[in-house]
Formats: sequence, C-alpha cells, structure tokens
Amino acid sequence: MDYGAAGSIFTVVVFICFIGIVIWAFSSRAKKRFDEAENLVFDDEPTQQTEKKERESSINE
Amino acid sequence: MSVASQVHPEYNYKVVRQFAIMTVVWGIIGMAVGVFIAAQLYWPALNFDIPYLTFSRLRPLHTNAVIFAFGGCALFATSYYVVQRTSQVRIFSDKLASFTFWGWQAVIVSAAITLPLGLTSTKEYAELEWPIDILITLVWVAYIINFFGTIVVRKVSHIYVANWFFGAFMLTVAVLHIGNSMAIPVSLFKSYSIYAGAVDAMMQWWYGHNAVGFFLTAGFLGMMYYFVPKQAGRPVYSYRLSVVHFWALTSLYIWAGPHHLHYTALPDWTQSLGMVMSIILFVPSWGGMINGIMTLSGAWHKLRTDPILRFLIVSLSFYGMSTFEGPMMAIKTVNALSHYTDWTIGHVHSGALGWVAMVSIGSIYHLIPVLFNKPAMYSIKWINVHFWLATIGVVLYIVAMWMSGVLQGLMWRAVNPDGTLTYSFVESLQASKPFYFVRFIGGAFVVAGMLLMAYNVYKTVRTPNEEFSKDPENSPQPQAA
Repeated sequence: MDYGAAGSIFTVVVFICFIGIVIWAFSSRAKKRFDEAENLVFDDEPTQQTEKKERESSINE
Repeated sequence: MSVASQVHPEYNYKVVRQFAIMTVVWGIIGMAVGVFIAAQLYWPALNFDIPYLTFSRLRPLHTNAVIFAFGGCALFATSYYVVQRTSQVRIFSDKLASFTFWGWQAVIVSAAITLPLGLTSTKEYAELEWPIDILITLVWVAYIINFFGTIVVRKVSHIYVANWFFGAFMLTVAVLHIGNSMAIPVSLFKSYSIYAGAVDAMMQWWYGHNAVGFFLTAGFLGMMYYFVPKQAGRPVYSYRLSVVHFWALTSLYIWAGPHHLHYTALPDWTQSLGMVMSIILFVPSWGGMINGIMTLSGAWHKLRTDPILRFLIVSLSFYGMSTFEGPMMAIKTVNALSHYTDWTIGHVHSGALGWVAMVSIGSIYHLIPVLFNKPAMYSIKWINVHFWLATIGVVLYIVAMWMSGVLQGLMWRAVNPDGTLTYSFVESLQASKPFYFVRFIGGAFVVAGMLLMAYNVYKTVRTPNEEFSKDPENSPQPQAA
C-alpha cells in the first residue's frame, strides 16, 4: 500500500470515529453520565448546599 | 450529592499559589517588554545601540515570556487546581509538583538570559537552544505524570471535560516540542535542526500553529470549562457539545499549519490542504465559544455586577472573533494581502491579549481569594478598572494593526502600468508610523491593568480577613469560595 492510500484510509477511519463520537454524545445513555459530570465543578465545595440553592434559583429566572 | 463530595480533601494549593503569583509577575514583565519593543518601532533610538536591547533579540524574549512564562504559569496553576478539585483528590506527587514549578522558572530565567545574548535556534516560538529544550522536556514529562497520575487516583468516576482539554494540551505539546526541536548540537549553545529546507519550514509551522492550537487554545479552553461555569454558578451550557467540541478541535487543529507557508516553497497541494483544514476549524472553535458564552443564558445580569465573569465572557468574544479572522486569513487570496503585514500581528494579539490573557486574568482573580483563604479580592472596583484598561488596550492595539496591515498589503501590491512598484518599502513604513504609536498606547493600557492587578493581589494576600467586610464597595463575589 502506498503512502497516499494509507492516508486516505486513515482519513476515512478518523471520520467514521468522529461520527461515532457524535452519535454517542447525543445518545440518551450518555446524557446521564454527562449530567453527573457537569456538576463536578460544584461538587468540590464544602458549602455546596447553599450554592446548589442559589443555582436553582437562577435557573428559574 | 454523593457522600464523597462532602469530604474536603487536603488539596496541594502551594504549587497553585506559586504558579498563580508568577503568572502575574511574568505577565507584567512579558507585556512590559512588548510595550518597550513597540516603542522601539516608533522611536528606533530606544535600542540605545546596545546589541542586547535590539528589537531582533527582545522580540523572541517578549513572545517567549508572554506565551510560556505568563501563559505557561497560568496553565500550570489552573490545571493543577482544576484536576485536584474535579477529581476530589490531592495532586499525585507534591515533589513532582515542586519540580515542575522550579524547573519551569529555571527555563524562563534561562530564556531571559540567552535570548538577549543572541543565542537562538531561530525557530519561531522555539528559539531556545538545545540544553534548555532538554530541561523543558524533563519538566513537561514530570507535569504529564503528575497530571495523569492525579486523574488515575481520582475519587469520582467521571473525568471532567476541562481535564480532557488540559490532558490534550500536555500530550500534544510534548509531541510538538520533541518533534520540532530535534537538532544536532555543535557546541553548548549552538545546534542545527535535523530538518532541511521546506521540510524544516513545514515542521516549524506544524509546531508553530499547534503551539497556538494546543498551548494557547486547548489548555485555555480547559480553563474556560472550569472557571466560566464556576464563576457563573451554573453548569456548562451543553456537556454533550463540550464532548463533540473536544474531539473535533483536537482532531482538526493538527492539520492547519501550512497556512503559515502560503506562496512559499511548500508544495501547492499542501498549502491548499492547510487552507481547507483551517477553514473547517472555524466550526469547533465557534462551537466551544458558544458553549462557553451560553453558559450564562438566564443569568446575563451577573455580567453587570461581576467583573471577573466579564473578563471570562469577553475573552470568549475575542476568541470567537479571532477564530473567525484566522480561517479567513488562511484563505490563500486573503493571505496574499495579509501575509507579512501587521494584520497578522493584530490577529495574534486579539487572540493572545483578548482571549488567552483575559481568560487567564479572570481565572487568577477567581483563584487568588480561594488559594489564600480570603473572602474575596481586596477590591472588586479595581478589577473593573482593570477590565476596562485591558479591553480598551486590546481594541486600540488590534484596530491599529488592522489598519496598518491592510495599508501595508495594499501598498506593497500596488503596481504602475509599466509593472514597477508604486511604493517603496520605506513609504509603507512611513504610512504605518502613526499606527505604531497607537499600538504603543494600547499596550501601555494593558500593562497598566496588569500593574493594578498585581497591587490588588498583593493587598488581597496581605489584608487580614476581618478587614474585608468593612469595605462597603467590595460586595462579595457571587460564588462561594
């Protein structure tokens, strides 16, 4: 296999992987993981209870 | 909330404090050198006929200081902080953390000594000679082990998206640095690249553009994905978009380098491929920007009262602006006008001062009270003043460079009916001169803001906690620190 063919195959493989990642990211299975993960930013606080309340209130605005 | 999250592990804040303070110090020094060389372009006598002070030697000092000293320290500080907090575990190794701090400072000091002496490998943003390159490699490997070690021992099941960006930044910079710096040493301070001709140029800009893509973008996006949600007090707009953003950005950036070599000895197809990949890069860049800015949706009012959040969000606006401008300038016909002109300098600074510096400054303002256990920054009002100094400075700078750059491009390409050039080079230089003065003023604004920041940080660290509440102007920050 020459260099050009290897490059083409690699490009197609990367593209298919990327489509796979997009499908996975938008699947409902991933949604639960993401909901947990996105709150890691706030889970590190000793005063998290008050903070959580504040966040919920600002969502309602 | 899980039980584990109630536990407040003993984080290593010492290394974060060290890097955070040095971010401010190197920021002032690096930007002050920038203002000085901007002044030299307007008043050439300012090189005082001293070889160590010539523009050619101080310019790499400026770029290395702002990118690797200021930006680098900001990245070390925030990545060590974010990886500990979002993994809910202390850093993997305190000794390695300390080694990376002192090692990185040693790299910066060696750069500050060797570059004015004229010791350079002449590769842009990779000017440092081989002994320093080896030290960088050692520090970087220690950094990677420490960061990924912390992720391995994490107490939570997920790896927060900011850590993905930080991790990609570290791994890619290691590959870029080692790949591009391969050289044959002929003496202690002189080496020759193992690459030759157009291959050398392509390696250099594969490195150069990905220094932008991974050092100055992926790393700072990691910062964005932690500090914007944190400061806004709400999770990132779309976590699934952040995942797609990550994979799109990391798989596309690596191919954009050839746009630095349009109309050179590089094969034509490589130039065109680089152009196409650069244009596609617009999509993930804007995806990330929208994700960051939209995190504020429903809480826009916070921008009115919180200058730290304003720094972070305006940095994203500049990011969006320069990632629109970049793909446009990568188009060969646009590049024919913009290349080698001040337009490029303007573009770089809208990214570096607007995006990188502002997101770092916002993050450091968030960090300092947490790290030193203070209720807030000493003066929120001063942060606001800093915000306006920085914004006005950046706008003056980039507008001046746009005008100067387009003028240069048009003058250089103008030809008379008989095919001779309409303008000499000196005529275009004269046309640019007023803009060089505006640039100098813009830079001075930015440095003035950094000095105010340093004083604010100093006062925050030194003022006892009881005295914070007595200052009525200093309303508490929205986030619980």
